[in-house]
Amino acid sequence: MTSSSHLNRRTLLKRSALAGALTLPGVAALTSCASGGGGNGGDSTGSGEVSDRNPFGVAEDGGVEVVIFDGGFGDEYARDTAALYEEHYGSVTLDSTQEISQLMQPRLVGGNPPDMINNSGANQMPHPALIRDNQIADLTELFDAPSWDDPDVPVRDTLLPGTIEVGQYGGDASYHLNYVYTVHGTWYSKRFLNDTLEEEFPQTWDEMIRVCEKARRDHDVYGWTYAGQHARYLAFSMLPMAVKVGGKEVMEAIDRLEPDAWKADAVVATFEAFEELAARGLVLPGTPGIDHIDSQTEWAQGRALFIPNGSWVENESKEVIPDDFDLAVGAPTGLDSSDALPYGVIYAAAGEPFLVPQNAKNRAAGMEYLRMMLSNDMARNFTDKVASLTCVAGSADDLDLPPGLASAQQAIQGAGDNIIVPRFRDWYAELFIDHMGVAMGQMMAGELTAAQATDRIQQAANRIADDDNVEKYL
Amino acid sequence: MHSEVPPDSSREAAGDPADGRPAARSGVAVAPPPERPRPEVRPGVPTRRLVLAFFLPPSLTPEAVKYDRRYRALDKYRFVAWFTLLPLAFYLLLVAWPFVQAFYYSMTDWSGYGTEFNFIGFDNYTRLWSDSQFWDATRNSLVLLVFAPVITLALGLFFAYMLNAGGRHRRNETVSGVFGSKFYKVVYFFPQVLSVAIIAVIWARAFSPRSGVVNPLLENVGLGALTQNDWLGKYGLWVTLLVLCWSFVGFYVVLFSASMGSIPKEIYEASLLDGANRSTTFFRITFPLTWDAIRTGWIYMGIQALDAFAIVSIMIPRQGIDVLPTFLYLKAFRDGQAAYATAVGVVLFLITLTFALLMMRVGRRDRIEF
Repeated sequence: MTSSSHLNRRTLLKRSALAGALTLPGVAALTSCASGGGGNGGDSTGSGEVSDRNPFGVAEDGGVEVVIFDGGFGDEYARDTAALYEEHYGSVTLDSTQEISQLMQPRLVGGNPPDMINNSGANQMPHPALIRDNQIADLTELFDAPSWDDPDVPVRDTLLPGTIEVGQYGGDASYHLNYVYTVHGTWYSKRFLNDTLEEEFPQTWDEMIRVCEKARRDHDVYGWTYAGQHARYLAFSMLPMAVKVGGKEVMEAIDRLEPDAWKADAVVATFEAFEELAARGLVLPGTPGIDHIDSQTEWAQGRALFIPNGSWVENESKEVIPDDFDLAVGAPTGLDSSDALPYGVIYAAAGEPFLVPQNAKNRAAGMEYLRMMLSNDMARNFTDKVASLTCVAGSADDLDLPPGLASAQQAIQGAGDNIIVPRFRDWYAELFIDHMGVAMGQMMAGELTAAQATDRIQQAANRIADDDNVEKYL
Repeated sequence: MHSEVPPDSSREAAGDPADGRPAARSGVAVAPPPERPRPEVRPGVPTRRLVLAFFLPPSLTPEAVKYDRRYRALDKYRFVAWFTLLPLAFYLLLVAWPFVQAFYYSMTDWSGYGTEFNFIGFDNYTRLWSDSQFWDATRNSLVLLVFAPVITLALGLFFAYMLNAGGRHRRNETVSGVFGSKFYKVVYFFPQVLSVAIIAVIWARAFSPRSGVVNPLLENVGLGALTQNDWLGKYGLWVTLLVLCWSFVGFYVVLFSASMGSIPKEIYEASLLDGANRSTTFFRITFPLTWDAIRTGWIYMGIQALDAFAIVSIMIPRQGIDVLPTFLYLKAFRDGQAAYATAVGVVLFLITLTFALLMMRVGRRDRIEF
C-alpha cells in the first residue's frame, strides 16, 4: 500500500499482465489482505504479585521488549534503564531504530507489537490514528501507580505540569508519556545582548523594535531570523505572545477550532507585530528560503539576534554556537503594558513520546519500564547524558547544566502558571504545519498581510472543524 | 474454429503420422478448392485429453494426442507456460495482488494503523473530487508529466546528436561527434551516478538565498532583479522540473547515443551527397530512426515525472508544492488516512496507465529495418 505509487509505475510497462491482475480471484477473497492479524492483546497486569514495589505485577523473570527511536538522544539512556529493569525482572530486548513507522506499523496492524515504543522522529506514527484504532494503552494506570522512589507519592505527582495533558486527546485518558521537557521561546546570545548591545531582553514590542534597530544600526546584526522552510517555528514565540496579550482563552479557542479563534484581537495584533519586524527590514535577508539548520547557523554566527526555537537548539547547533555565546531563552516579548498576562508566558511542553501498545504481550512490563524511566536517578541520568530536561520535576536540580538549559529552567520557574501547551499541534498536525506555519512564513516574506494570514489560517481551521474525516478532541 | 468432434477411432487406431500430419499441414497451407466444401470437422482427440496433455511432459503425451492438429499450438504454449510459471506466480503474488488490494483498500476507511475498517464504496473518491489540495497536487504532477519529458528528451536528443553526428567532417569519417564527445558523454552521465536524495540536497543548497549559488549567479550576469528570497517555496514546481530534467538528461544522452550509433553510416553518406545539412539530416534521418528509443524514453520519463517524490519531499518546503506521491505520503503517514491515500494511489495509477497507453498508441509507427 505504502509503495503502491512506485509499484504502479514500475509495473506499468508490463501492462500486458494487468489483464491478468484484474481477473484475479474475486472480491470475496479480498478481505484476507494486509490487515489480517489483530490480537486481543495481553493483560494489563502481569502474572507476578502486585505490590507497591511492583504495582503492575510484572512476573519475577518477566521480559520486556522496547523499541527506542535512535535520534538526537541516542539509546544509551534507555540501555541504562534496561540494566535497572534486568536487576529486578527478566531480560530486556531493546531495539533502537530511526524507522519507527516502517518497523512498528506492520507489527501494530499485525497485532504483534513490542511492549513499549518510543514513537518519535521523522517517521513517527500519528497518535490520533493510533488512538482511534485502539492501538495504545491508557497510561492513567502508570500515572496513578506509586513512584519508583517513594511508594507514598504517585507517579503523577512527580511530573512537571503539562506532562500528562499532552497525552490526552479530549478525555482523561493519557496515551503517551512525553519524557523530554522542551522550552520553546525566543533564543539569543546573552553575551551579545547584555554586554555588546548593553540591553536587557525586551518585554514590550516597542522595546523589541528599538533593540533590533540598535543592533542593526550599531553592529550590522539583524534582529530576527527563523527557519523559513519550516516557518511554524515562529509559533514558538508568536503563540505565547498572543496568549500574553489576550489571555489563556486565546489558546483554548485555537485548540477548540473555534470559528473566530485566529481573528481574535490578540492574535491579529501578534501577527501585526511580527509583520512590522519584516516590514522594517529587521529580519535577516533570505530568511524565508532557509531551513532550520541554516537559520540556527546564521544566528549562532551572530548575523541575527533572536530566533524562535526550542531547547533542542543547544544540542542541535552545538557545533556552531561559540563557547562565549552564553545561550539563553527569553519568554516571548509581549505587546505593551495593557497585555492580559504579565511577562513570562512560555510555551513549554513535554515532548518525545513513549507509548505502550494496547495489544502488547507484556503490557505490565512496558508500563514498569516507563515507571523506571520516571525515577529520579534515571531522569537525572538522562539530563546528564543528553543535556535535556525531563518531565520529572526536580530531577535536574543541582546538576551542572549547560547555559541554554539552565536558562530554560529559569524560564519555566519565571512562567509560574503561565505555561501554555498548544494542543492543536498534535491534534491537527495539518493545521499547524500546512496552514498556520505556511501563512506565518508568507506573511514574514511579505506576501500576505497580518489580516490575510490570520484569515487563511482561520479558513483552514474552519475546514478542518467541518471535516468528518478528522477526529476532534474538544 | 475447432468444434468438439467425436473421436475418430479408426484414424486414432491407425496412428499413421505420414497420413495425419501432411493432411493437417495441407489444410492450413493450401486453400481448399472452391467446389469442395471446407471440412467442418477434423478428426482429433477430445479437448479434455488435450487439456490433460497440457499438464504432462511431452514424453508422457499419448501418441494420439501428438497427432492432433492442435497439438503443435499446445506444445508451444505448454513450453512457454511452464517456463514462465514461476515468474508469473511471483508477478501475480507480489505485483498484481497488491494492485487488487489497493483497489479494495481505497474503498474502505482504513487508517493504516488499525485492524478494523469498513467498506465505504466510492466515498474516498467523491472526497478526492472536492479536495482542493488533491487538485493542486494533480495539476503539478500533470505539469511535470507534460514538460519534463519534452524538455529532457529534446535536450537528450540534441546532445546525443551533437555527440554522434554533430561534429565537423573529418577525414575518413562521414559523420562524427563534436570535439571531445567521449568526455562529454561521461560528464552528462554523472547525475545518474548520484542518488536522487543527494541531487535534491545539492540543488536545495544551490537555491538557498543565503548560501546558494543561484542568486549570486543572477546578480553577476546583471539579472539581480530576478533574485528570490524563497526559490523553493515560490517556484517549487519549476525548480522541481529543472532538477528532474537535469538529473535525467544524461541517461537519455547515453540511450539515444546507443540508438544513433546503430544507424548505418551509409544513410548519412547518401544524404550528405544529396546536400543535406545538419538539421535536415537530423529531422529526416536521425529522428525517425531513433523513434523507438524516443518513445520508450518518453514513457519512462513521464513515469519519472509523475513520481518526483524524492525530489519534492526532500527539496520543497511546505509552502511550496505537493505532487501526487507526496500528497499520498502525507495523507497516509502524517494524517493516518491510509485508505484515502490509497485512493490517491489508484488515481495516480490510472493517470500513469492512460499516459503509457496513449504514448504507445500515438507513437506507433512501422519499424524501419536497417
